[in-house]
Amino acid sequence: MTLDQLPIGTPARIAQVDWPALVPEEARRLRALGLDEGARVTLAYRGVFIGRDPLAVEIGRMTVAIRRVHARAMQVEPLAEKTSA
Amino acid sequence: MTRKTTVAALVGNPNAGKSALFNALTGARQKIANYPGVTVERKAGRLLLPSGEPVELVDLPGSYALDAASPDEEVTRKVIMGEQEGQARPDVIVLVLDSSNLEQHLVFAQEVIELGRPTVVALNMIDLAERDGLTLDPAALEAALGVPVIPTVAVRRRGLTELAAAIAEARERPEAAHPAPRPHVTLPERRMLAHQMATAAILSETARHRIHARMDKVLLHPWAGPPILFALLFVVFQAVFTWATPFADGLEALVGGLGDLAKQTLPESLLRDLLTEGVIAGVGSVVVFLPQIVILFFFILTMEATGYMARAAFLMDRMMAGVGLSGRSFIPLLSSFACAIPGIMATRSITDPKDRLTTILIAPMMTCSARLPVYAVIIAAFIPNTRVGPGVGLQGLVLFCLYVAGIIGAMLVALVLRRSVTKGAASGFIMELPKYQLPTVKDLALGLWQRAWIFLRRAGTMIFTVTIALWILLNFPRAEPGQDQIDASIAGTMANGLAVVLEPIGFNRDMSLAIIPAMAAREVAVSSLATTYAVGAEDEEEAAMALGAQLRTRWTLPMALAFLAWFVFAPQCLSTIAVARRETNGWKWPAFMLAYLFALAYVAAGITYWTAIAAGLG
Repeated sequence: MTLDQLPIGTPARIAQVDWPALVPEEARRLRALGLDEGARVTLAYRGVFIGRDPLAVEIGRMTVAIRRVHARAMQVEPLAEKTSA
Repeated sequence: MTRKTTVAALVGNPNAGKSALFNALTGARQKIANYPGVTVERKAGRLLLPSGEPVELVDLPGSYALDAASPDEEVTRKVIMGEQEGQARPDVIVLVLDSSNLEQHLVFAQEVIELGRPTVVALNMIDLAERDGLTLDPAALEAALGVPVIPTVAVRRRGLTELAAAIAEARERPEAAHPAPRPHVTLPERRMLAHQMATAAILSETARHRIHARMDKVLLHPWAGPPILFALLFVVFQAVFTWATPFADGLEALVGGLGDLAKQTLPESLLRDLLTEGVIAGVGSVVVFLPQIVILFFFILTMEATGYMARAAFLMDRMMAGVGLSGRSFIPLLSSFACAIPGIMATRSITDPKDRLTTILIAPMMTCSARLPVYAVIIAAFIPNTRVGPGVGLQGLVLFCLYVAGIIGAMLVALVLRRSVTKGAASGFIMELPKYQLPTVKDLALGLWQRAWIFLRRAGTMIFTVTIALWILLNFPRAEPGQDQIDASIAGTMANGLAVVLEPIGFNRDMSLAIIPAMAAREVAVSSLATTYAVGAEDEEEAAMALGAQLRTRWTLPMALAFLAWFVFAPQCLSTIAVARRETNGWKWPAFMLAYLFALAYVAAGITYWTAIAAGLG
């Protein structure tokens, strides 16, 4: 499953990232923000209208906005527990 | 032995609360300039150590890492390394961390601490962390990092004396003459370490930041979010018009009184005319718009300080993607509503060069505060102050439409540009959404004061000079008896020449005359009209008429509308062109910008004029 397909509010771990599929600059920025293999993330919001772009991803205590293209390059494994939201 | 002033630099991730800490530490004693060669803003101020000794404190742009990605981050790296021209290498580094985002911020922190320089950590916004249910142990963090850690709350001035003391102490610590060769630490290793340190420093943690989640649930809601944003923007533009009125009226009365006073006390002479018609009527007519500009900046600064601006970018991203831009372009474009110059400078946070160029090219179409005086005068003179709905005045509505016209024009141009001259891969959008925060009155007041001062300084220098130059051009050579002074003057001759080109779009001589000096600054159009009608007045009574009344007797409604349409698009500000040149490194793009904007303005004014005539408004 890729990050963009993750149901909202389900915690997951980023298992694998297809870095070559991303623009190098953006790949670096994503990594600097901690969106990297092994990171625990939760999809918080999806954008408006058709395409449902962009996405807001919670990582740690931070919320990061990314595009669906980025999320599609990230394989995630949903974690068992649910958030208390 | 006296030693040179100590330099300390504030370093940290974006959204660590650096600017608030900077304001708290330095107060209003700040100097804002640019680093030489680059257009990154340099903010420096004076901090007093406990001993009373002053330290120069520099606020550096927020960074995620030392390997720079954007021009802003490049400056941060260079200053820290002592490679930035025009900036002494900082003696002490003050590393600012957001207490509630430790795991993230500790990654960059490790990189900075590894440099082996005297470093102090400000564990900032600790109150917000507490509000979010985090209890931190600064001592544990201090042990893990090996540098002093001071908990601070910039907005409540907590920890500031301790921080100053720590800076004084850090300065005395000898710097490792040859810092240990940096062990090659990889990013995953740093992140692992950051996680361990953060876990060790967090004593207890309750459920996640509830308030933010709840606010975002509404404000980022796919259907509720955008209408809330648009409603907010609508309120801003209504407020700019209605809240400012009493203050503007007061200022106007003051300017009028000043003019009368000068007329009564000074003997009749050309010098008195220069003072009353040129200086007081000209500069005064621009200064009365100070309240509106302050109100507009109040909203923009508040949106930035609360963290809502990033949400607005998130909401707008989809729409911006439709014309080939990203939500990142929204922030520079929104700043351009205040002024295109900071707007164009803010494009530096856009990493994609084609994206950035497109944003620069369309930024002048956002209705800047300098257009506000022009719009305000024309609207007040020609649009009746009636209500079209509860709380919605017709004047505010027209103003809103002018803003929308600029936005739609900009979007269409972006769409065309991204398919032609700035063609390239679709741009991405990656951005941190900062925590919501209540803005502090002090930071807001300081920001407003800086903006107001810039406006007044412009009025006092550039607008003052241009107005006087125009007055001279309008008054010489003197008219023969029976001849119209303006027609006889140099400016009148120039305007008559230009009017040939502008007549087809409904402009009369005075309008052509007004747009020449308005190239220096748009609001000069107002002072020019004021000066022109003051000079051209046939008797004292006519000269004393307010500008609005003057306009009503001399212009028709279609002419006024065409004038407004012209100002939506025309590149009437040389400073913007100069900044565009600097930011694009050449004359090619500013020249392109001038050409396409003038063409648009001409067409738009023409269409407006002839449509209004056809609709029988004339």
